[in-house]
Amino acid sequence: MAVIDLANPTRFLALVNRVLPWLVAATALVFAIGLYRAAYAPDDYQQGATVKIMFLHVPAAWLGMMGWVIMSAAALGTLVWRHPLADVAGKAAAPIGAAFTLICLITGALWGRPTWGTYWVWDARLTSVLILFLLYLGVMALYWTAEEPGRGARAAAILTLVGAVNIPIIKFSVDWWNTLHQPASIVRLGGATVDVSILVPLLIMAGAFTLLFITLHLAAMRNEILRRRVRTMRLLQAQTLSEART
Amino acid sequence: MNLGPHADFIVAAYAVAAFVVAALIAWVVLDHAAQRRIIGDLEERGVTRRARRKE
Repeated sequence: MAVIDLANPTRFLALVNRVLPWLVAATALVFAIGLYRAAYAPDDYQQGATVKIMFLHVPAAWLGMMGWVIMSAAALGTLVWRHPLADVAGKAAAPIGAAFTLICLITGALWGRPTWGTYWVWDARLTSVLILFLLYLGVMALYWTAEEPGRGARAAAILTLVGAVNIPIIKFSVDWWNTLHQPASIVRLGGATVDVSILVPLLIMAGAFTLLFITLHLAAMRNEILRRRVRTMRLLQAQTLSEART
Repeated sequence: MNLGPHADFIVAAYAVAAFVVAALIAWVVLDHAAQRRIIGDLEERGVTRRARRKE
């Protein structure tokens, strides 16, 4: 199957139906390994066992940002190329990205209380992630309140591209400003500063979260294609009924 | 496995993450079932995705 064939929703659905069971199995397997490794990872010499929250918090933060990057690519597809699956991909990614960002915010607060002594501070990293969550809610509102899907998709695509400015701000906020949040310790020039006994479970959990995101995104795209089919069928039904009356 | 003096925070973090992920999975699964059911109902009533050609 050529990549261009995936522009056809029917072929895309056939591919998703084939791939989804394998993705579900792979996600469950990698999560099982990741959670086992996370449970038996050694305590941090400063933070103690609270370092276990990192195995959720960091992957959720990465996926929260990745969701917006996927939506930005989809927004370009909607506005520039008018790809038939682009706004389907954007709309399906929004609630999933929002959920991962929410996990990041809540686990961050629960990690912050024992390590910093506070659940929340208005520093650049925390505030920019909160803005990302609010932007997700805004995009979801635009998609879900538009009566005509195409109009909602264009408005959401514009907001998505404007909101993409926030992604490098989140990433570099800890370098640009003096924040309570620690600077990057994994994705940084010079390599990770985290010990391998903690880094390996973290990367496995990041893999599990990524697989979960891909699985949920493909399943949500399938649902969105079906929802649009329902809409088309209802419009045709209404058209047939009105023709029968005249 | 000893979670130390801050066990409540660790357990709460994992519980919240599990709840949010479970809610996402439930949303996707229930939405799929709902869309399939609606399409099935419409097809039973003879509604298709193709407009009939005018004679």
